[in-house]
Amino acid sequence: MTDISEVIKYLKDYKGRPLKLMEVCGTHTAAIFKSGIRSMISDRIKLISGPGCPVCVTPASFIDKCAGYAMKEDHVLLTFGDMMKVPGSSGSLADLKGRGARAELMYSPMEAVEKARANPDKTYVVAAVGFETTAPAYALAIEEGISQDVRNVRFVTALKTVVPALTWICENQPDIDGFICPGHVSVITGSRPYGPLAEKYHKPFVIAGFEAEHILAVIYEIVRQIENGRAEVRNLYENAVRTEGNIKALKITEKYFQPGPAMWRGLGTIEDSGLYLREEPPVGLYDGGSRGLDEDIQLPRGCRCGDVIVGRINPDECPMFAGQCSPGNPFGPCMVSAEGACGIWYRNRK
Amino acid sequence: MCIAIPGKVVSLENNKAKVDFSGNTVMVNVGLVEPKIGQYVLVHAGCAIEVMEKDKAEELISIFAELEEPYKA
Repeated sequence: MTDISEVIKYLKDYKGRPLKLMEVCGTHTAAIFKSGIRSMISDRIKLISGPGCPVCVTPASFIDKCAGYAMKEDHVLLTFGDMMKVPGSSGSLADLKGRGARAELMYSPMEAVEKARANPDKTYVVAAVGFETTAPAYALAIEEGISQDVRNVRFVTALKTVVPALTWICENQPDIDGFICPGHVSVITGSRPYGPLAEKYHKPFVIAGFEAEHILAVIYEIVRQIENGRAEVRNLYENAVRTEGNIKALKITEKYFQPGPAMWRGLGTIEDSGLYLREEPPVGLYDGGSRGLDEDIQLPRGCRCGDVIVGRINPDECPMFAGQCSPGNPFGPCMVSAEGACGIWYRNRK
Repeated sequence: MCIAIPGKVVSLENNKAKVDFSGNTVMVNVGLVEPKIGQYVLVHAGCAIEVMEKDKAEELISIFAELEEPYKA
């Protein structure tokens, strides 16, 4: 049986052809830094980050829509923390709070229904960002709203699904040799959806947890597969990910949401990569106008968020990194969001 | 992408559970899972998204034991 020291030795001594492995998920990017994994493995194995930062890939028109509600009388916007500082066309939500916008942090979308029930004279609007991991939470909130007949809640959604983005990456970034699949998205989706990708593009897709040992085991697995000409899906986050995923979560998501095209900053519009509230009442009544929010602001000249998001460059290869662009003065969302690669690289640099 | 944290189920009532995160107790929606008291659940955005089957140490042992399986003759 292999142990962790053998895995580390193998990866440190690796002298095969240079490999590029994508860590799709922002939380993995952070975990890789926290664990110091890059220093444990050969330079010939390059880890690059992917589009797994929901805030980073959300265009400005979504922020503008949410900001509009925050500035509207008798409306309160509820959002996760990251979204507060991401710039829209007229500044971020945090900036707008200074001009009278009503935007509050939420820990869970369920709070929207609780607050709406307690304050019937206000409309609560949820900035519903996320991937497959969070979609079921929004679905639960909608179900709660419907069952309690709470009508003063709206959801403006920027929900995206990972597999279409991975397809885009495989088509447009063929130099990526293997994928560290997102851990918590996979809790919901299961490992099955990666199968067709592994088969069509002949690359390994391996699901990782978030401890150093999880991630090292996955990198080892991917490298071994490549060396042996294999291209398979493997689940190495067994505690939490089942082949079939979380069926209840998948069912409730499907009950309230349907797929549609979505605009990903850095990638463009991808068909069927977004989730939108179903239109028939009463579900459709909870939609705050989520379709067609495709327009983006022009990122400042020199900003290379788009390239960072698809793994063409690492954050430290952007000329603005840690110079003009820093968390205190961010140019692009990758530096702002907790799961943005640039912010993570910045906070972890020596 | 999605930060989720494991916590221990302390009590259950309808669709909610009191979950203990190393001393910090929070109410969590358990509509997506079927946990028992004493089990660990993975919590994201106030909702439990999965029941953790084994403890972390057991899981890592299992992962490493299986790493070489595909390469055995």
